Amino acid sequence: MTTDASTIDSVRTEEIEHPDTIANQAFGFWLYLMSDLVLFATIFATFAVLRHNYAGGPTGKDLFHLPYVFGETMVLLFSSATYGLVVLAMRQGNKALVLRWLVVTFLLGLGFISMEINEFYHLILDGNGPGISGFLSAFFTLVGTHGTHVAFGLMWMAVMMGQIIAKGLTSPVQSRLLRLSMFWHFLDIVWIGVFTVVYLMGVM
Amino acid sequence: MKRHRCYFLVGLSSLWVIAFLGGCSRIPLLDPKGPVGDSERFLIIAAFVLMLIVVIPVFIMAFWFARKYRASNHETDYAPKWSRSFKLELTIWLVPIAIVTALGILGAIETYHLDPYKPIANGHKPVAIEAVSLDWKWLFIYPDRNIATVNQLVFPAKVPLSFRITSDTVMTSFFIPRLGSQIYAMAGMETRLHLMAAEPGTYEGQNQQFSGKGYSDMFFKAIAVSPKEFEAWVQKARQSPDRLDLAQFEKLRKPSLGCPVTYFSSVRPELFDRIIDKYAKTRDGNSNAMIKKFGSAQIKAAASEGN
Amino acid sequence: MFGRLSLSAIPFDYHITMIAVGGSILLGLAILALITYYGKWTYLWKEWLTSVDHKKIGIMYIILALVMLLRGFSDAILMRSQQAIAAGTSQGFLTPDHFNQIFSAHGTIMIVFMAMPFLVGLMNIAVPQQIGARDVAFPFMNSLSLWLTAAGALLVMVSLGLGEFSKAGWSGYAPLTELKYSPGTGTDYWIWAFQIAGIGSLLTSINFLVTIIKMRAPGMSLMRMPIFVWTASATILLMLFAFPVLTAALAMLTLDRYLGMHFFTNSLGGNMMMYVNLFWMWGHPEVYIVILPAFGIFSEVVATFSGKRLFGYTSMVWATAAIMILSFVVWLHHFFTMGASPDVNVFFGITTMMIAVPTGVKVFNWLFTMYRGRIRFTSPMYWTVGFIVTFVIGGMAGVLLASPPADYVLHNSLFLIAHFHNMLIPGALFGFFAGYTYWFPKAIGFRLNEEWGKRAFWCWIIGFYLAFMPLYVLGFMGMPRRMDHYANTAWHPLLLVAASGAGVILLGIFSQMVQLFVSIRERNTARDLTGDPWDGRTLEWATSSPPAVYNFARIPVVHDIDAFADMKEKGIVHQRPDRYHDIRMPKNTAKGFVIGALTFLFGFAMIWYIWWLAIVAAVGILITVIARAADDDTEYTIPAAEVEQIESRRYRETASTASSHLSGGENTPEPLPQV
Repeated sequence: MTTDASTIDSVRTEEIEHPDTIANQAFGFWLYLMSDLVLFATIFATFAVLRHNYAGGPTGKDLFHLPYVFGETMVLLFSSATYGLVVLAMRQGNKALVLRWLVVTFLLGLGFISMEINEFYHLILDGNGPGISGFLSAFFTLVGTHGTHVAFGLMWMAVMMGQIIAKGLTSPVQSRLLRLSMFWHFLDIVWIGVFTVVYLMGVM
Repeated sequence: MKRHRCYFLVGLSSLWVIAFLGGCSRIPLLDPKGPVGDSERFLIIAAFVLMLIVVIPVFIMAFWFARKYRASNHETDYAPKWSRSFKLELTIWLVPIAIVTALGILGAIETYHLDPYKPIANGHKPVAIEAVSLDWKWLFIYPDRNIATVNQLVFPAKVPLSFRITSDTVMTSFFIPRLGSQIYAMAGMETRLHLMAAEPGTYEGQNQQFSGKGYSDMFFKAIAVSPKEFEAWVQKARQSPDRLDLAQFEKLRKPSLGCPVTYFSSVRPELFDRIIDKYAKTRDGNSNAMIKKFGSAQIKAAASEGN
Repeated sequence: MFGRLSLSAIPFDYHITMIAVGGSILLGLAILALITYYGKWTYLWKEWLTSVDHKKIGIMYIILALVMLLRGFSDAILMRSQQAIAAGTSQGFLTPDHFNQIFSAHGTIMIVFMAMPFLVGLMNIAVPQQIGARDVAFPFMNSLSLWLTAAGALLVMVSLGLGEFSKAGWSGYAPLTELKYSPGTGTDYWIWAFQIAGIGSLLTSINFLVTIIKMRAPGMSLMRMPIFVWTASATILLMLFAFPVLTAALAMLTLDRYLGMHFFTNSLGGNMMMYVNLFWMWGHPEVYIVILPAFGIFSEVVATFSGKRLFGYTSMVWATAAIMILSFVVWLHHFFTMGASPDVNVFFGITTMMIAVPTGVKVFNWLFTMYRGRIRFTSPMYWTVGFIVTFVIGGMAGVLLASPPADYVLHNSLFLIAHFHNMLIPGALFGFFAGYTYWFPKAIGFRLNEEWGKRAFWCWIIGFYLAFMPLYVLGFMGMPRRMDHYANTAWHPLLLVAASGAGVILLGIFSQMVQLFVSIRERNTARDLTGDPWDGRTLEWATSSPPAVYNFARIPVVHDIDAFADMKEKGIVHQRPDRYHDIRMPKNTAKGFVIGALTFLFGFAMIWYIWWLAIVAAVGILITVIARAADDDTEYTIPAAEVEQIESRRYRETASTASSHLSGGENTPEPLPQV
């Protein structure tokens, strides 16, 4: 399958001389997210194996308060929606609106984290910390790993707010906002899994 | 290259010949003393022979092509673009697939046949043995005879042995090479193994899963004797002044190197189950087994009453 | 202030260790002194430590691999010597504690800090050039991966002189690695070195996947990629999906050890079998990660030196894909004896045997490439033929072990050790050595001395047979692995033979060191002035040796498999373009090195419980990452005029070689076709 060198040459070589950095960054980030999915899957699998290893201690039914977790879930889901508004504002080039919705998303995310820390704090205070049983180790780690990811997302959001104020909605800044968007929605999806497998199925 | 290759082949083959000239009787896996080991040897040899169908052509072609098609030999045809041949590619995919299918079927059949959990049925009542790996020795309990030994296993030949195996330390592996399969011993869990010796003899037993400092010392003698000799030996064990009660067991399980062969004339009942249950203990100190029997609420009540 | 670190951490009573530590420190000081004496600190910093150039990063990876090969091999010599002596009542010269650290370090170093850096280094040098690209997709991340791997290696080296290394094997099974059974720093060193290197590998896989998928030269469809790029692709897909499992498993073990959790403990609801499953879910793909690049190298080498197209390219691609996919569904064969039901064991036994099929296909394809070729027996070709013959023996052993009942009597015996070394040494390591020789002139600018290369080969292959064939027999004689001493003197003679093999391999390594020394000394007689010292077939041979920083002045257009051979045939190679463009290249940066250094400090702090240092290092890493993310000025431009200057100089050199065909000296290969 030979093709005339000269016709390809002028068009494609111009393309390839300047690699599409933004597309490459997005693709690379997707790949990272897929690897992160495998990481979560591993912790999910471990939770599945250890989920009944109570060692005589409390079970999910004893510990989980579904209305509270429902509240947490709504906060996180809303934050995903508000981040969607961030991206819409970004596409309009509206810097002030982007910042506003970023702040809202940040506060919602912070709310989620606070609720989670609160839950962990009370569990540990009552003597139901992760060192009690395999079940609790897996619980704290699965939920905690997700929470840690959310915390890093919040840090990233803060950095982005700083960058937007300092540089405006430049092309690199927009590219980063899009990657943060992927990250944030990904964490949402993982939370649906956590909510279902850990909390809902845990109290059944 | 050609000259060196010859030395090569000669060296390689002689090494194998030397090794096997030593006599198969010195190679436990090729001279097993029980039905499990026998089947396993058959499988190994069958697999090896089947694979030679692929491997021997590879050897021949490697040496032949390297010699014939070397650049200094201008008498061969040079076909720089020849890189496809449907027939050849079909062969090199299908022949290995056929061999692997045959090996797969054979392996599958033997895996079910040689399942360690499957009892050996030969009409005799099996001898029950409970093996516990410790740091760094083996404890063998004979629950039906109420005796126990450390680092020595005696049993009647031609009688099935039914092992329950656990560990009171890290993961180990119970293995008597001349009789066949090994299986892991893990704390809080029980694994099963069934072996049989086809004839009397003294065989090596060992731990095949690294378990720390004293791992290299975890060898024991597995001695197959006639049924009469076995009964005599059980009587001899019953003369031992040592008894395996809980206190004695606590002393035994402390990490130690070079533990001598010891006999115990009696064993605390259900010691083996207690060892497993210990790891299923709850944070309140009650064992899972007890909770299953009595229910946790009652245990808590009993505990608070008792205090 | 220093956590649990104190002077008692120095293992004064391990005399061998203290000699090694002393020697290493002296060697390190000597190197620092030499750099100072020749005034090369600025050069080192600007051109190497802060480089984001894939070619330089590749060279640094390989230097790391070769250094760690020496360390890992010293461990091997110690083990073989110990086992040659400690028969019957003798306890040898190593205590069990010492021996146990040595075999744990040996495995960890050889897989994680020798094989991985070696293959990543070779991929770094070859892949971008083979696909006609200027660099990888994320040059900064490439540098970061390198320095993270180096940080992990440094942790392993430091464990020699401060504290101890793990005594629980390279696989680190629980509950032996739990705090109760391994309370010292050893397991922590192992965990952090492994974890940090693993993150480096994960970043590499993302980098190369984007590079290969998005940055190929125009006309290079997937089925026109060099076969090494295909195997590299399979390797990085394996890395992408396998390493996160390891990260999670090690993290959970870390939580058990640091926060008293119960993932894999004996009691309170832990499940040690879960650790074994997770470790091998990573571990099995890992061994394919190590072997697939070697297969790719052999494919390139056999085609180039047979002067022929690789036989069955399409078959090879499908075989590679089959191996990649199958490697994810075989992991249980590492623990057939853990008590799973026959249903489970049969499934994994069959999938394991299936992998033999595509591997066998590859072997035959290499042989058919040689068939009707014109084979030049350079040292890469020696490594290749040696590999083909020896590797299949290990393959046989593997299919044997794949049958669960056979494994029941061979698991964890020396038969197993012989099998996997048979895969790793003649398979992976010979491949890396072949690649090292093959691409050395491209990376450095002159060829390696062939004479010493061939001597090294003979020592390695003879040494390998002597060292490992006896182990197959010993496995059948019932000898377990990891024995620091043994009472059964029947095992002794074969262990003496094995020790002699290690000695012969030592001669091989010595030959390779001499080879390097001699090659550098005689570099002017072996310079590669055309960029194509072997009459190669793929695009990397179109660049100069070493290439300009941008590799290609104009990205080539590809028309067929073996793009460069195709260009030579059409007579369009080295065509000067009508005009040159400005070229944008990534700027060097210290941030990769800095993050690597901080990560080392973080790992060290975690091991010794120096919490304040861990926090400081972590914050430092975060700040550096944020600083990098905020940096939008990461590229510079090479003006077209400068590109033209560089290219003109290159053409002058090439032309002068072509016109005066020199065929003196043993190091010059057969005359090259006229360009």
